[in-house]
Amino acid sequence: MPVRIENKNKRTTAFLSGEIDHHAAPALRREIDREIMENMPSELVLDFSDVTFMDSSGVGLVMGRYKIMSGFGGNIVIQNPPIQIKKVMKLSGIDRLAAICSV
Amino acid sequence: MNVKNEMKLCFKSISENEGFARTAVCGFCAMLDPNIEEISDIRTAVSEAVTNCIVHAYRGTIGTIEITAKILAGNELYIKIKDKGCGIPDIEKAMEPLYTTAACEERAGLGFAVMESFMDSLKVKSAVGRGTSVTMRKKIGVRYEQT
Ligand SMILES: Nc1ncnc2c1ncn2[C@@H]1O[C@H](COP(=O)(O)OP(=O)(O)OP(=O)(O)O)[C@@H](O)[C@H]1O
Ligand SMILES: [Mg+2]
Repeated sequence: MPVRIENKNKRTTAFLSGEIDHHAAPALRREIDREIMENMPSELVLDFSDVTFMDSSGVGLVMGRYKIMSGFGGNIVIQNPPIQIKKVMKLSGIDRLAAICSV
Repeated sequence: MNVKNEMKLCFKSISENEGFARTAVCGFCAMLDPNIEEISDIRTAVSEAVTNCIVHAYRGTIGTIEITAKILAGNELYIKIKDKGCGIPDIEKAMEPLYTTAACEERAGLGFAVMESFMDSLKVKSAVGRGTSVTMRKKIGVRYEQT
């Protein structure tokens, strides 16, 4: 599975990897949503360090998770996106809904 | 159009082919010696157009997607991605950022916006019930020519 998920102190971090496109998105969505529903974290961190490609299907994935998280007052953080992925995020305006950070 | 090289690719509209299609086009354009950013722009634009054929054009069915790529004089890449799917009734509206007919599937409505901003030009032709073709062009290595 191209995602590894950690839960700590009401924060869920999903370490994504590989290529995020329309083919890959449904499985990622299922995994992440299961963790959100089980843990109801106050913060969801999506880590893109090991993501090698992302198109607008990835933007849809982030926006969908943003909606779920904000539905119960949680927030979402986009962590370590490679430069090309940041370019797609910026174009989509999603950086106005979720903080982009590097650690 | 001074065509220096050309290739054609036909494949089934199944999601497994999204990765294959963008990798194949990037392999073809390697002879233009693109840098990492240019490769990534092309890869993303091709992925958007191919995904649209799979998700929208052939919704609920499987059809054929055809890609024609050409190397033109002046270090320019030409890509045409064609389907014989449902077609687009209002192209202008479809191309508006954030417009999507598949919001409930978590589509962002950004595919055309990505193609437009990552390539130099984008042209869309479509006929309802007959299909759609998306043509994109990008000059590679413009930075060298300018100096
Ligand atoms: N090849 C096609 N055949 C039929 N309709 C299409 C095609 N390409 C695009 N469309 C229509 O144009 C709309 C906008 O396309 P665009 O790629 O910009 O957004 P999207 O595919 O809906 O979302 P995203 O690309 O962000 O996942 C689509 O929702 C669809 O209605
Ligand atoms: Mg699209």
